[in-house]
Amino acid sequence: MTGAGPGTSVATSRATTASLASEPDAHGVAVEPLLSALKVRKSYGGVEVLKGISLAVNPGQVMCLLGPSGSGKSTFLRCINHLERIDGGRISVGGELVGYAQRKDRIFEMNPREVARQRRGIGMVFQRFNLFPHMTALENITAAPIGVRRISKQIAKDRGLELLDRVGLASLAQSYPAQLSGGQQQRVAIARALAMDPQLLLFDEPTSALDPELVGDVLDVMRTLAADGMTMVVVTHEIGFARGAADVVVFMDGGVVVESGPPAEVLDNPQSPRTRAFLDSVI
Amino acid sequence: MTQATLTGSGRAPAGPAVEIDPDDIVAVPLRHPWRWILAVFLLIGFVSLGISLWQNENIDHPTITEFIFNPRILSGVVLTIMLTVVAMLVSSVLGVLLAVMRLSNNPVMNTLAWLYVWAFRGTPLLIQIVFWGYLGLLYSQISMGIPFTDFTIFSVDTNTLIPALTAGLLALTLNQAAYSAEIVRSGMLSVDEGQYEAAYSVGMSPVFTLFKVVLPQAMRVIIPPMGNETISMLKNTSLLSVIAVLELYTVATQISSQNLRQVELLLVVSCWYLFLTSVLSIPQYYLERYYGRGKARSLPPTPFQRLRAALRRTPINTHRTDSQDAS
Repeated sequence: MTGAGPGTSVATSRATTASLASEPDAHGVAVEPLLSALKVRKSYGGVEVLKGISLAVNPGQVMCLLGPSGSGKSTFLRCINHLERIDGGRISVGGELVGYAQRKDRIFEMNPREVARQRRGIGMVFQRFNLFPHMTALENITAAPIGVRRISKQIAKDRGLELLDRVGLASLAQSYPAQLSGGQQQRVAIARALAMDPQLLLFDEPTSALDPELVGDVLDVMRTLAADGMTMVVVTHEIGFARGAADVVVFMDGGVVVESGPPAEVLDNPQSPRTRAFLDSVI
Repeated sequence: MTQATLTGSGRAPAGPAVEIDPDDIVAVPLRHPWRWILAVFLLIGFVSLGISLWQNENIDHPTITEFIFNPRILSGVVLTIMLTVVAMLVSSVLGVLLAVMRLSNNPVMNTLAWLYVWAFRGTPLLIQIVFWGYLGLLYSQISMGIPFTDFTIFSVDTNTLIPALTAGLLALTLNQAAYSAEIVRSGMLSVDEGQYEAAYSVGMSPVFTLFKVVLPQAMRVIIPPMGNETISMLKNTSLLSVIAVLELYTVATQISSQNLRQVELLLVVSCWYLFLTSVLSIPQYYLERYYGRGKARSLPPTPFQRLRAALRRTPINTHRTDSQDAS
């Protein structure tokens, strides 16, 4: 995306989803979206998996991405914190381009340190938890605040215990990930992401690798976060969670946004036959 | 178990006889007569070999006992240990550096590391030792300055800058670094891709991720082959005899060239090498244990813990008898 082609520039692109661009909030004041994606394209070896995704998430909003596997929703999520580099379009978080710096009319690739700095503001929770196996639950949470943010060990530890308490695991601070159940691991992973005080939290199918009876605990933590006003983008197959917690539901298929809007509209009264077919198969 | 005994004695006052559950399998264990026969044959073989060595008139046993703690031999042992420790430590640092270079996206670093491993792993260690030992024949002076100009900062005689000991250390270290680099690289490749992603997602830089997340996990895979390499290194120090570094083997050959007791001194040296390699397995055990934390749900007990548990068994039994008596 180094060359800003005319088709991908911000000025000429047209909003394709309902929640794109500035929208008045409840008080009628225009809000800048925290996350905005414009015509995001991404290919793997000639196969285009994202074919121009445009959407926006306002501060405090929860967006759920639904869709069949291979629809590109996880890839899009990974593009948001630059784990994947995009081939076209723009993604910006908090008004800053992700992974690139714009100076005058030119776009420069960021160096790894700048990307790392940017990622501190974007938390991510993975399908396979990805806890650091050689660290205790508490060390998992405090590693980045101490090592990256250079917060004092005592403060980081206190804050880590507080976060563990918040996800209901205060008593397991000294356990290693291998000693925790999947649901507990995922809650530690959420606490780890929260420890960096992110402005945006990304969830990549956070409950897909869990036993059914453990899903509830993780979803409860996520609901609490949503209620507390955390801005979240959630790739999920949990329709119930999307219905209850999401402000915006986006249905993706084949690398494009098929439909988006409030959960009541998309989930209960889908306009596209593809959305309807997917929802029928899931519920 | 206590519970079972208690209820059992309540029901049947027969006494201490062990109750047999009708579902339990009571079978005669499978016998292994061939194991015993093989063991006996081997034992006879080893004992007769030992006796033949002991009674061999060509081996002068007093020489062995005389030289095993000889000050010259001991100084050779100390130098051998020193060479092993220094060469392993420095080569490990170099090895990590080379492995990181090899795995980096930087094509210059990548090629440089590949060339290094190619050259130092592709030529015999013995030749490398001789090469560093006789570097003075190739470059009589080593000077630092700006290439292609006459400007020099300093210039020294090669043999002054690199005496035999330094040359030997250099040869062992540089050669080992090539092998260590490949071991470290394989360790780093064994770390799951998700670990990098998780580390990056919390804002860790690539360097921080390497030291805090990747290497500690890679260590679990790196330690066992590195223990192997340390043992090889300990024995490879004997190759430095070709450039007259006064380590264990060199000292032994010097002594045996005076008293002509070659076999006895080789036995002395072998005893020392065997002792040192045995000792080396202890730190390896504890290092493996340390870096294995978090991998297993609970770590296996150390030999000391096992010993303590065995000693503690008696008090536990007394306690159980007490409670039985009370009921």
